[in-house]
Amino acid sequence: MSLRRVVITGMGALSPFGRGVDTLMEGLLQGRSGVRNIPELANIQGMRTRVGALVPEFDPAEIPRKFRRSMSRMSVFATLAAKDAASQGGIEGEHFRSGRLGVSIGSTVGSPRTIQEFFDDFHADHSVERMKSTLFFHIMNHSCAANVGHAFGITGRIVSPSAACSTGCLAVGYAAEMISMGKQDFMLCGGADEFHPLTAGTFDIMNAASVRHNDSPGSTPRPFDAGRDGVVCAEGSGVLLLESLDSALGRGAGILAEIIGFASTSDPESIANPNADAIARCMREALRDAGLGPGEIDYVNAHATGTALGDIAECEAIHAVFGDRVPASSLKGNIGHAMAASGALEISASVEMLRRETLLPTHNLEDIDPSCGSIRHVREVTSRPIRTLMKNNFALGGVNSSIILRRFHR
Amino acid sequence: MTDREIIDLIDRSIAGEFEIDPEKMTPEKTLFQDLELDSLDIVDLVIVLEKAFRFKIREEEAIRNIRTLGDIHSFVVRKKNELEKPA
Repeated sequence: MSLRRVVITGMGALSPFGRGVDTLMEGLLQGRSGVRNIPELANIQGMRTRVGALVPEFDPAEIPRKFRRSMSRMSVFATLAAKDAASQGGIEGEHFRSGRLGVSIGSTVGSPRTIQEFFDDFHADHSVERMKSTLFFHIMNHSCAANVGHAFGITGRIVSPSAACSTGCLAVGYAAEMISMGKQDFMLCGGADEFHPLTAGTFDIMNAASVRHNDSPGSTPRPFDAGRDGVVCAEGSGVLLLESLDSALGRGAGILAEIIGFASTSDPESIANPNADAIARCMREALRDAGLGPGEIDYVNAHATGTALGDIAECEAIHAVFGDRVPASSLKGNIGHAMAASGALEISASVEMLRRETLLPTHNLEDIDPSCGSIRHVREVTSRPIRTLMKNNFALGGVNSSIILRRFHR
Repeated sequence: MTDREIIDLIDRSIAGEFEIDPEKMTPEKTLFQDLELDSLDIVDLVIVLEKAFRFKIREEEAIRNIRTLGDIHSFVVRKKNELEKPA
């Protein structure tokens, strides 16, 4: 990415702590948990996990019905996050209509809630007579991106990268590359997902969901901890406004951070299991893209979801690339794993860590698993002048991604 | 159902589905201009009426001539009366 410099000028979030990146940061800095007991999960046969991290109740009516009717829950999340990112960046109608602003927002799947509602009704009598005209717009794979495009009257590119847990990071990385190449000047980018038993069940049947903390939801997930027992599924959306540096300087926009490196690699060894060598390769590719050596990274924001295998593989990879010098932590102990949204939410929080010169610890990390002991864990909120950080996300399907952010300096 | 009850159910169903201020639900209102519905909404309007009155009207020629809320009132009242007429 050496063609045009790319900066972040706006951020929006809907997380288990509520709306806004400041709200997200407040919850993280206070060491709170967004994980709750989800009583409905108890009614599902075979479902052992009973916890999740849901976006608190909110009124979506600020989105006009004409746009909202084609939105699922996750598209509403994405639209509100995009609205806040655009607002922080000072983006207005003329930018949306310029053809120079695009959208790169993905989700893991189309709305599972809407798909379920359709098939619940469909199976009653195999009829499509009650199918609403807007149903397809809820379940198409580019639902979040297209709905954001329509809600704001955007005339540039609409892309919807999808790679499960890597989606948010990929969407931001690909958006940065489009700006770097000069194809667009602005991109609203990130990911969104809504909680559904399908997702929790997917991890549960693979023995990768947290099942032992149903009565103490705040104590799970436990990334890197000896007592970790799996993923806690979450929901939300993170959307960032990226912009070419020239554009941001030209209009006097506030610059939050710069994106200086990105890599995505495939791990064909296993469609389900993470591999330390493959993760390390992705991280090294991101360093190469940024033109940095490992000694120039001040912090790693880990993917670490709290699974037995994934946390160990990522620790081994971080150690292989950085040794035990670089502080690392995972934010999933606070907010669970919001799937396609997780990357963008965690990038937003990482930007704030850069700006506030503050490292966030891994929530629920009390007793470090010896297999995760080879790296330097952040154990408490730490003031530290950090200049450059790496953010990792890894996905089922063997899609790895790493992005490198830097404090902005001319 | 009386005609009044039918009209009230129509207005309630449409106002609820399309988030229209109930005050606006007067018979002379046109669907497209006054109530600001569009072609996607009209597809859903048929489904809303079919659900509320448990009949099927999608293939009826007469619905193509509907322009106003009053047209819907007349159409549904006529349809309900037809269906409830003793054989």
